[in-house]
Amino acid sequence: MTTIQTQEQRGERRFGLTHNRILTVASLILFIGFLIWAQNNLDPYKLRILNLCAIYAIFAVTFNLIFGFTGQLSLGHAGFAAVGAYTAALLTMSVAQKQANFFLEPLVPLLANVEWPFLPAILVGGVLAALTGLLIGWPALRLRGDYLAIATLGFSEIIRVICVNWQNVTNGSLGLKGIPGHTNLYWSWGWAIITIFVVKKLVDSSYGRALKAIRDDEIAAEALGIHLARHKILAFTLSSFFVGVGGALLANLISTIDPKVFMFFLAYQIVGITVMGGMGSLTGSVVAAVLYTVFLEVLRPIESPFSIGPINVPGIPGMRMVLFSILLLLVILFYQKGLFGGKEFSWDGLFAIGGKIRARFARASVPPATPPANLKEE
Amino acid sequence: MTILLLDNVVKRFGGLVAVNNFSTQLQPGELCALIGPNGSGKTTIFNLISGIYEPTSGKIYFDGLDITGKRPDVIAGLGVARTFQNIRLFKGLDVLGNVLVGQHLRVHSDPFSAMFGLPNYTREERMMREKGMELLEALNLAHLAHEEPSSLPYGQQRKLEIARALATEPRLLLLDEPAAGMNRTESQELMDFILHILDTFELTIFLIEHQMRVVMSICPRIIVIDHGVIIAEGAPADIQNDQRVIEAYLGVGDYASG
Amino acid sequence: MSFSLFMQHLANGVSLGSLYALIAIGYTMVYGILRLINFAHGDIVMVGAYVAFYGIAMFLLPWWISFPLAIVLTILLGVIIERAAYKPLREVPRFQLFTSAVAVSFLLENLAIVVFSGRPKAFPRPPFMDQTFTLGGVRIVSYTPLIIISALLLFGLLTLFIHRTKVGMAMRALSKDIETTGLMGVDTDRVIMLAFAIGSALAAVGGVLWAIKFPQINPLMGVLPGLKAFIAAVLGGIGNITGAMIGGFLLGIVEIMIVAFFPDLAGYRDAFAYTILILVLLFRPTGIMGEVEPEKV
Repeated sequence: MTTIQTQEQRGERRFGLTHNRILTVASLILFIGFLIWAQNNLDPYKLRILNLCAIYAIFAVTFNLIFGFTGQLSLGHAGFAAVGAYTAALLTMSVAQKQANFFLEPLVPLLANVEWPFLPAILVGGVLAALTGLLIGWPALRLRGDYLAIATLGFSEIIRVICVNWQNVTNGSLGLKGIPGHTNLYWSWGWAIITIFVVKKLVDSSYGRALKAIRDDEIAAEALGIHLARHKILAFTLSSFFVGVGGALLANLISTIDPKVFMFFLAYQIVGITVMGGMGSLTGSVVAAVLYTVFLEVLRPIESPFSIGPINVPGIPGMRMVLFSILLLLVILFYQKGLFGGKEFSWDGLFAIGGKIRARFARASVPPATPPANLKEE
Repeated sequence: MTILLLDNVVKRFGGLVAVNNFSTQLQPGELCALIGPNGSGKTTIFNLISGIYEPTSGKIYFDGLDITGKRPDVIAGLGVARTFQNIRLFKGLDVLGNVLVGQHLRVHSDPFSAMFGLPNYTREERMMREKGMELLEALNLAHLAHEEPSSLPYGQQRKLEIARALATEPRLLLLDEPAAGMNRTESQELMDFILHILDTFELTIFLIEHQMRVVMSICPRIIVIDHGVIIAEGAPADIQNDQRVIEAYLGVGDYASG
Repeated sequence: MSFSLFMQHLANGVSLGSLYALIAIGYTMVYGILRLINFAHGDIVMVGAYVAFYGIAMFLLPWWISFPLAIVLTILLGVIIERAAYKPLREVPRFQLFTSAVAVSFLLENLAIVVFSGRPKAFPRPPFMDQTFTLGGVRIVSYTPLIIISALLLFGLLTLFIHRTKVGMAMRALSKDIETTGLMGVDTDRVIMLAFAIGSALAAVGGVLWAIKFPQINPLMGVLPGLKAFIAAVLGGIGNITGAMIGGFLLGIVEIMIVAFFPDLAGYRDAFAYTILILVLLFRPTGIMGEVEPEKV
């Protein structure tokens, strides 16, 4: 009964796998080399952009896990990022900095006298965010579609309201300043690579297939023995962990936390990036995140006054977001697949493109062949 | 030992009684059909068995175990699989992927092993794929393994949905109008297919069909319901001549043509 | 707490509730027919307020021209949004419709920031709405009864419309079964457009009255009221107009009363609504007046 693969076929496949793996490892090494060069040679402005690219990539990839792969529209990202950000900030800030910040009301003693290195702070931030995700996911994931969206948005806003009011822990609406700037390319892209790796592995596994099944047809999935709640919570909690990590990286990048940053606006941006990159494509999320961050910076000048020839155009703050939202709406309406559709990057795919181009040219110079006499019909 | 037992099952939706004191038993290895005019409650009964609905009253037992009101995924885990009237394939997965989803409920490795690519998971994944391909081969679908379900002809989609249900290793298979939308030839092929899987796998099959002709030829036992109540039960010959059955189907002259 | 203070809080709560109710009706009408949460609804409220503002402040039109103008232009906006962003997506998988609604909301907010500037503006309250008077020992500002009466009046008119006119009946039919109603010869597109128009009109009234009660307007002013109004709609039973009214009033009163009795919780007032939402969705998702819809399998 079993299809016995010939020694040849098995060997070929094994070779194919190694072939791909070599390419992947090689490009990873090249990328790390680039990071090392960049970290030591680029100015702070460019470094900041590169770091932001990684952080947004983490946000987009995790959102894609919940929405693109599991079909759950959660708008709670901002809340989880806030949890991660505040946790990491409070753990890494120096005692002196904390005293300077908390002049209205002193910080709780538990946090006031600690100063942790970056890695444990990030991990705790991620774990707390994951726990928050678990707490929120357990009730929220029973809801369908738009209800889930509003409920998660509500939860995210609750978190923000707490952040704005919990004076002796979060410093309320004053936010935090003077967070140590631990984040560098190694941290941000290191975590980004870990996130992408873990999510990809999950998505390609049986659990990933179960998530896609839930996305495509919950009733059928359940009828096949898939415990809906458990799987949704799995995706949700895993997502929240990495979003928390992203938040922690963000806080230690821009060295301040303003609770207003973690509003639903952030969630909308992440939705936008992920949709544009392509739901169900991790490659798309990463590419879109990078493009988004870069373009946002590149277009910054249009928000200050500039001149085209003799015409002086006044600066219009907020123009970039308008352009982004228009673009997003256009993509949703006319190009739903986004940049990458549901496809992922693969070395074979890349070479296939080259092959297709070559074939195009070849076909032009060869007469059409006659089909064989007995083509079997389906 | 009865594999499926329904004991006075009643299902009410608000004021409407969809299923009324329905009782029956299925023996292991049986091929039994549930027929009746549209809206007679057939799919509701399947939904009750598979756990999508909870009975208003009455009990359902699978292999001696009380499964009344249990969750669908729990019931599937116990060995009850089903297909749907409107084919519910997973469009985002290819043919093999659909079948592999059917195997997911028996996965041993935890998500972490999957996430980090640990060897115990990779081993299990490979075995799952082998089993999946075996199943597709047994059902003559292996050549389509990497096609999109939506690109398959209707008959193949139906077979795929059944294959996917079989991947859960069920002992009871509920098929909801599998021949819906098929012409005579296709229905015949499907019936042969059903007989084939009944032989090949250790199965009991409970089959809903609206077209009588289709089941008359292959099902040794037929239950006829109308408005949620059993109006006849027995061998095809008896059913065909039962007055109540004829009346219930009046206006839907399908069965008369044999 | 003295009686007069309590009554004052109650009046405050009822007027806030009226605002939530007006906005909630728009949500519930659209949801009833399209099963879509129009995320952009809250932002439409904001547009209504801004149009009225510009009418008075920039074009120096009297309020009795500016306010109706705001309603008209907001209706136009609502209909345009429906045509451009929702109608094309009726046949595709639902989640695209959700993302479209999110995108529209996002776009409106960003446009508002660019066009109206992010800085809050002071809404000019017409003088006759600013009179304070005392009723049985309770101090009331004239806009409070105005808001409450407007809400009740509009609700009454709408209920009459829904139950006494053919178009209203068509709307009710659509919210029950959109396909069959369409097959019965009802012009689905026109009825949906009308639902959006009415919802937007009420949103505009809500926006203007909101700006009168809380005279500081900013581009994101519609988000919170929008969310809360949606919560009110869910509380009352989504898809049900009477439910929206009841939910709105309840939510307004509860919000004010909690802060009145527990002033320390004032900073968390926004969180109450979300907590109510989560409780409702978990324990009685159909709301006060709602009916369950089983999914056909």
